[in-house]
Amino acid sequence: MSAPALQVNDLRKTYGNGVEALKGISLTVQPGDFFALLGPNGAGKSTLIGILSSLVNATGGEAEIFGVSVHRNRSAAMQLIGLVPQELNFNQFEKPIDICVNQAGFYGIGRKTATERAEKYLKELRLWDKAHMQARTLSGGMKRRLMIARAMMNEPRLLILDEPTAGVDIEIRRSMWQFVSAINAAGTTVILTTHYLEEAEQLCRNIAIIDHGKIVENTSMKNLLSKLDVESFVLDVASMPAELPTIEGVTLRRVDDHTLEAEMARSHDLNSLFGVLTQRGVVVTSMRNKTNRLEELFVRLVEHGREVAA
Amino acid sequence: MSASINMVALGTIVRREVSRITRIWTQTLIPPAITMTLYFVIFGKLVGSRIGTMHGFTYMQYIVPGLVMMSIITNSYGNISSSFFGAKFQRFVEEMLVSPMPNWVMLSGYVIGAVVRGVVVGALVLVIALFFTDLHITHWAITFFSVLLGATVFSLAGFVNAMFAKKFDDIALVPTFVLTPLTYLGGVFYSIDLLGEPWHTMSQVNPILYMVNAFRYGVLGVSDVDVVTAFAVMLAFVVGLTVIALVLLRRGAGLRS
Repeated sequence: MSAPALQVNDLRKTYGNGVEALKGISLTVQPGDFFALLGPNGAGKSTLIGILSSLVNATGGEAEIFGVSVHRNRSAAMQLIGLVPQELNFNQFEKPIDICVNQAGFYGIGRKTATERAEKYLKELRLWDKAHMQARTLSGGMKRRLMIARAMMNEPRLLILDEPTAGVDIEIRRSMWQFVSAINAAGTTVILTTHYLEEAEQLCRNIAIIDHGKIVENTSMKNLLSKLDVESFVLDVASMPAELPTIEGVTLRRVDDHTLEAEMARSHDLNSLFGVLTQRGVVVTSMRNKTNRLEELFVRLVEHGREVAA
Repeated sequence: MSASINMVALGTIVRREVSRITRIWTQTLIPPAITMTLYFVIFGKLVGSRIGTMHGFTYMQYIVPGLVMMSIITNSYGNISSSFFGAKFQRFVEEMLVSPMPNWVMLSGYVIGAVVRGVVVGALVLVIALFFTDLHITHWAITFFSVLLGATVFSLAGFVNAMFAKKFDDIALVPTFVLTPLTYLGGVFYSIDLLGEPWHTMSQVNPILYMVNAFRYGVLGVSDVDVVTAFAVMLAFVVGLTVIALVLLRRGAGLRS
């Protein structure tokens, strides 16, 4: 059986100022997975990614990439990783083509191959027309895509994306996900951190939620979403009844003159709700989920963790 | 990593450093040339003509090796400290830190880049000097190796400075308060034989004295210090500073949390 793409055992990190960022986390990511690593700001996600990419020294525990220890065999482990960091970290005065070719050079990839790969990935990420301009002239979304192209230069087996779509418009975000999904489909394991939870829900098969340096949930996306037993809907109505009807198992709330909110168990059917509303002459013009399902679960898990800690 | 992979990584850093030097040539090459031209005009021509000879050479001929070595030292130091600190400041040093490249490759790449700048500026200053005086290099090998070692010592020192630096002020402090006084007191403009005690003895703890005099011996064939001692001092500094830089890189001082 092949080694996991990522195996983390009892990983700990205490910074010099005494902040305990990771309190002994253990995690396994299988090869080929598209894995979401979620958590609120300051939860320890970036510290974990820092340790995996050798930018942060662990205080204790072990991390292995495809069976190679990051601590004991750093060079071999780094050959397997591509990192897209949260913050922009390229020379703004260099050209995208040079940034990519140089990055390949740091991995020992010759200039000919590096130049071919740079052209390939810059084209795939729709940056080729900017390849010979100074990187500082690129827009925010282009800079993010440049970091993805750069991370692909060593064609890593494990691609780590730390909030890659922060501040990127929806169109570019979708094109970025298309690219990353294709990379994943071709066999690259992807670990993603993001605050756009609908992205994680759509893209990732497995998930870990980290808070205060501990894993509070680690399961498949399907399992996690099945735990959500209550769903909320927003109903746009043509006219509001004078008095809200009472429906068993459904909590109705008036938001404004043309909007109702309905909360009910996931097992509860919608027919009874629409039946009663129709009886009362309420015309529903449209309906949508109040919040993203994963977002709801995420908030619950994190809040529960904090209540336990308190 | 295999040797050939390391060589590709090393070549990448050197190419990037040299490209930086040529890209901003108005900051890296022209200012030292202008400064040294002024030194030649003021100290060599105007003041020097009243000083007479030193060790059998005109004052202009005597100060040329010192001024060339001064350019090499300050430019090697300035190149690596600003380039490496700039990479830290803009965080693109992380491109190298997350790569499989060993620390010695990163250090060597930056040092070679800085030595290149020092040598290019030194050559430029030497060419300018030829407009003011005649020079015939006496010992080519000594000239070559003194340039190489002098530039390497101060490239390594600049790298260590940049490792510790947290802000741009920190890389400006050492040249202003350490490098410039040591250079001026390192026998660039005079022979330390002119100094009485305790200044003569005190001058001998200044490492720049050995670099300037080794180079002067290579060019003019005269020196205030024993040339073998001068090379031993330079080699000791290269070894010592290399060990310090590699230990700092291994610990990730200022680079890894």
